Amino acid sequence: MLHVDINTQLAHFEMNIHFEMCNEIMVLVGPSGSGKTTILNCIAGLVHPDHGQILSNEHTFFETGEKPLPARDRQIGYLFQDYALFPHMTVEKNIWFGVKKNERKESNEMIHQLLQVLGIEHLLQKYPHQISGGEKQRVALARALATQPSVLLLDEPLSALDTETRKQCQDELLRLHDMWKIPFIIVTHNLDEAERLGNRIIFLDQGQITDEKWKRYVVSTY
Amino acid sequence: MLEMDYSPLLLSLKVAAISTFFVFVAGVFIAYLLAKRDFFGKSILEALFLLPLVLPPTVVGFGLLILFGKKGWIGSWLLEWFDFQIVFTWIGAVIASIVVSFPLMYQSAAAAFESLDERLSNAARTMGASESRVFWSVVFPLAWPGLLAGLVLSFARGLGEFGATLMLAGYIPGKTDTIPMAIYFAVESGQMEKATFWVVMIITFGFSLILWVNWWSKRNIRRFTKS
Repeated sequence: MLHVDINTQLAHFEMNIHFEMCNEIMVLVGPSGSGKTTILNCIAGLVHPDHGQILSNEHTFFETGEKPLPARDRQIGYLFQDYALFPHMTVEKNIWFGVKKNERKESNEMIHQLLQVLGIEHLLQKYPHQISGGEKQRVALARALATQPSVLLLDEPLSALDTETRKQCQDELLRLHDMWKIPFIIVTHNLDEAERLGNRIIFLDQGQITDEKWKRYVVSTY
Repeated sequence: MLEMDYSPLLLSLKVAAISTFFVFVAGVFIAYLLAKRDFFGKSILEALFLLPLVLPPTVVGFGLLILFGKKGWIGSWLLEWFDFQIVFTWIGAVIASIVVSFPLMYQSAAAAFESLDERLSNAARTMGASESRVFWSVVFPLAWPGLLAGLVLSFARGLGEFGATLMLAGYIPGKTDTIPMAIYFAVESGQMEKATFWVVMIITFGFSLILWVNWWSKRNIRRFTKS
């Protein structure tokens, strides 16, 4: 369960966002500069809103007047636009970066499974510049999920991919969501993609929610 | 064969190495602290850091004498409390080197940190990394080519420092005679052969150093960008 109720002054407008979500896929759609990434950054703790409240399950991420929970303690998986893989580390080191030393043993099996599902086992010893865009996207997904997050944020995760790879990755995202069962928030420009991925689509403009669409929950084939 | 006293070489290396160590630690720390912050007076502070780069070394030396001279603000205090004097010692040469080479290190480090993609640090933070882990495992290794360039430039600057050193440490053979000092006083006393030897030595050393840094940074940058 994720509860977001934030108010913040941006350069050109005031942002007012309120939503609650369960373990569903929510897609944020809107023109550039409408505040989509800011919402993700507020949830991740990379920026803080002026007022409001962000709660995830029993944790308070942000509450007006209180010290915000630092990004490192929020257990958020964040897939950045262009993936932000560490260029000086191998794929393997990238994926294991967020796994705590004392949790390595327990995580081993889960990460192994993740690598299998995403089909990236053969890339472990490569550096990010040696793999393709689609592979980078899968590695970044594996890295974000390896920390066993309670929420996954994806900022235009598929925008750098060609149509064929994009479709494949959409399927993978749906499959992963089915396995993980945590809230996914996806930012995209692409309406078709939003309709294909989202259980719920939120339309944003100038920091306000202008429309909201729900898709009847389709039980997946898995 | 010329009878040579190699103490200027050893002293120069000692002074440059010690001053580079302090300049590197301080330059990296201060540049990182300031890189992501914007506050009132930041430009003034940065201008102050870079000032020794544009001032004549004699002005820097004069300033250092005011601070560290026997009657200087810090100098008189050191003398009174610790019976310790900086003027006319090799430590004076180290301080002069630190002041003139700091701007080079600061500038290189600031440029290296500012060019880093903030999302990489943020990605590390969202994965639970503490600020010190963000610095040591993401920021520092990625900024390293720029930091190394600053390190080498500072070392070379420290090695070649003359004006401020002369004013603070003076020329005492066997005690404060670094290579640039030895060259100047060899020429003054008509020992052209000795001067030529040190000139060739310092040119060769400086040239090799720059060549190596260029080669190293190109190779290192290529490693992350090309397959």
